[in-house]
Amino acid sequence: MGLDFGVEVFQNEYLPEGEARVDAILTVSATGTAAPVPVEGAAEVLIIDTSGSMRYPPTKLAAAKQATEVAIDTLRDGVVFAVVQGTDEAEVVYPRGSGLVAASPQTRAAAKQAVARLRADGGTAMGRWLLLADRVLATHTGSGPRHAILLTDGQNQHETPQQLGRTLDKVAGRFTVDCRGVGTDWEVSELRRISEAMLGTVDIVADPAWLAEDFRAMTAAAMGKAVADVSLRLWTPEGAEVVFLKQAAPGLLDLTGRRTESGVRTGDYPTGAWAGGESRDYHLCVRVKPAKVGDRMLAARASLVSPGGDVLGQGRVLAVWTDDTALSTRISPEVAHHTGQAELASAIQEGLEARKAGDAETATARLGRAVKLAHESGRTDTAKLLAKVVEVQDPATGTVRLRARVADADEMTLDTRSTVTRRVGKG
Amino acid sequence: MSMETCPECAAAVSPQDRFCEQCGRNLRVQRTTVGGPEAAARCACGGESFDADGFCGSCGRARPSARDRVEFVLPGLAGVSDRGKRRQRNEDSMAFGRVRGRGVAAVVCDGVASSERAEQASQVAVDTAVDVLLTAVQSGTDPEAATRDAVLAADAAVARLARPGAEEVAPSCTFVSAVVADDTATVGWVGDSRAYLVAEAGAARLTTDDTWAAQLVAEGVLTEEEALTDRRAHVLSRWLGADSGLDGPQAVTFRVETPGLLVLCSDGLWNYLPEPEDLLAVLPRGVPPIEVARELVEVALKSGGHDNITVVVVTLRGGHGA
Ligand SMILES: [Zn+2]
Ligand SMILES: [Zn+2]
Repeated sequence: MGLDFGVEVFQNEYLPEGEARVDAILTVSATGTAAPVPVEGAAEVLIIDTSGSMRYPPTKLAAAKQATEVAIDTLRDGVVFAVVQGTDEAEVVYPRGSGLVAASPQTRAAAKQAVARLRADGGTAMGRWLLLADRVLATHTGSGPRHAILLTDGQNQHETPQQLGRTLDKVAGRFTVDCRGVGTDWEVSELRRISEAMLGTVDIVADPAWLAEDFRAMTAAAMGKAVADVSLRLWTPEGAEVVFLKQAAPGLLDLTGRRTESGVRTGDYPTGAWAGGESRDYHLCVRVKPAKVGDRMLAARASLVSPGGDVLGQGRVLAVWTDDTALSTRISPEVAHHTGQAELASAIQEGLEARKAGDAETATARLGRAVKLAHESGRTDTAKLLAKVVEVQDPATGTVRLRARVADADEMTLDTRSTVTRRVGKG
Repeated sequence: MSMETCPECAAAVSPQDRFCEQCGRNLRVQRTTVGGPEAAARCACGGESFDADGFCGSCGRARPSARDRVEFVLPGLAGVSDRGKRRQRNEDSMAFGRVRGRGVAAVVCDGVASSERAEQASQVAVDTAVDVLLTAVQSGTDPEAATRDAVLAADAAVARLARPGAEEVAPSCTFVSAVVADDTATVGWVGDSRAYLVAEAGAARLTTDDTWAAQLVAEGVLTEEEALTDRRAHVLSRWLGADSGLDGPQAVTFRVETPGLLVLCSDGLWNYLPEPEDLLAVLPRGVPPIEVARELVEVALKSGGHDNITVVVVTLRGGHGA
């Protein structure tokens, strides 16, 4: 432990008479020179899809194995880990048994041998994989971050969405999961559901050759975390209601439904693990009881709280009612920026959905809107991905035409990256 | 005669005592709290816990300033000062007192919103002036001379609040006072706070505003009607503060012939009831001064409460002193 958390609040606190909605961006930064958690504190589970589909093309399983081997090599000495293979069942392939083992030259070599022996056969039931990962991680006594990487190439065909939902409810908050889809036969919405529930990321690795570098980066990031299980605690006044709390950067993540009551008018939202130097933005929207013109109100108090209940940092969201329209109509650039980014993400997702459903009119309208927003906010990365799905005639007005032929990988890349956001004024 | 208690230490005192045997307090003089009201312990919602920044632990509202709503009551006179519905602070202040068997003095000051720490200016002014006036009532000094002394002392006290080199925004306020002793009343003023006399026979305004518009009307440059809409309608031509250049108040003295009420107020009230007849129309009858003051403030609040509102009401017995 030993990170300092700072909470900066960006908002226009002046509201017109009668206004009840208060919007603010909370920028949470972990600072200080705290060393990463002692290695014995961290735990890592690598979950590899070995369903039958991984056999074709043969490079797929080979790349997955190679990526897993790179991830194993990235584990620092002393970090406990396990490798799980998933089909319609789940099995720990290393270490034998159902526990974790500390990384060392010997255990890393043995784990890589076990990975090399993996064969692809069977179905896909990701909930079972997560349940096994949870059981394995439960044997870990350290206080550091618990992290898993889930690699799949297919769809969750051997359990129902309801079964998956129940599993996610059970294991959410117990460890974080970064999901990676290889190839183009998996469902973006399915992996997004898992990564959001498990406070992780989702991405497409269209070319299996890129897997190794991606696994190395994810494992390194997980190992860099210095504080695990930090909660964002929100106090709101009597008669107020949290409309939403969403992580707004570096990626979109809706935390609204993840609230657990922790006191009078106080609820905790999980934020997962933090590394020194890390900074995230959260968009908070609170509905309060409007007060008189001239009144000042604390609309919310946001605290970062350790698992032990220590307050690590705090910020205040204010509301002041005024009849001076010059004050109340001011726009907070931070709130506007993140509102725009969220709108860009939903325009992309809705556009792609409509396109899949054959509703060309809606798809054109929503993707056109996305092109316009990406253009206005300087999101050249997103604009490039959009241009592979639509033919852009005028980015300024969002005039586009749907492309007749779109590569699945391009469409899925656009979909998964739609939730990646930028900070204000950071390009 | 019933026994009374010392307002300072609650020791039993008799009505004839001039000083408290227990704590030495002057029992002949009663006055409002110097420095204004004490800090509120409760939030408007009833909450009693506040965080380090002064926000209510229940409803989140900022701890009410003790100045947001102030009520003082003494025998024969009372006052209410209210933040109103639009301003973030109450920059009006009031102070008053009575010397048993001699008379009463009251002062209302309205902080100039464009100046710095206007609420401090008005509080210092009322406290300083009412001290001078009560001393005069006690010693029987000429009330017009005392009013002049009170205004000059208040002006000097407010001037001392100014930051060097910031004359433009030096703390400033208006002023209106009343001294009622024996069968005469003296009203003094600087700026646009007003005094009205309300009796069974009718009502009268006792003050003329020290504003550019009022001056132009007096000189025949503007009609009353034009002045009301003129942007200079509220621009003061005289005030208290470091940059006032003040040589004294305007003042009137009159004999109190019949029972009635003297009403001192800031423009937060009279903006809604400019003419004496307007005041008379809404004035409740047969109730103590505090009820009159509350009702008048309520009228201003219901009319919009765009500014701070302060009303002090003094009972005039007519021929019997106060
Ligand atoms: Zn005493
Ligand atoms: Zn309260």
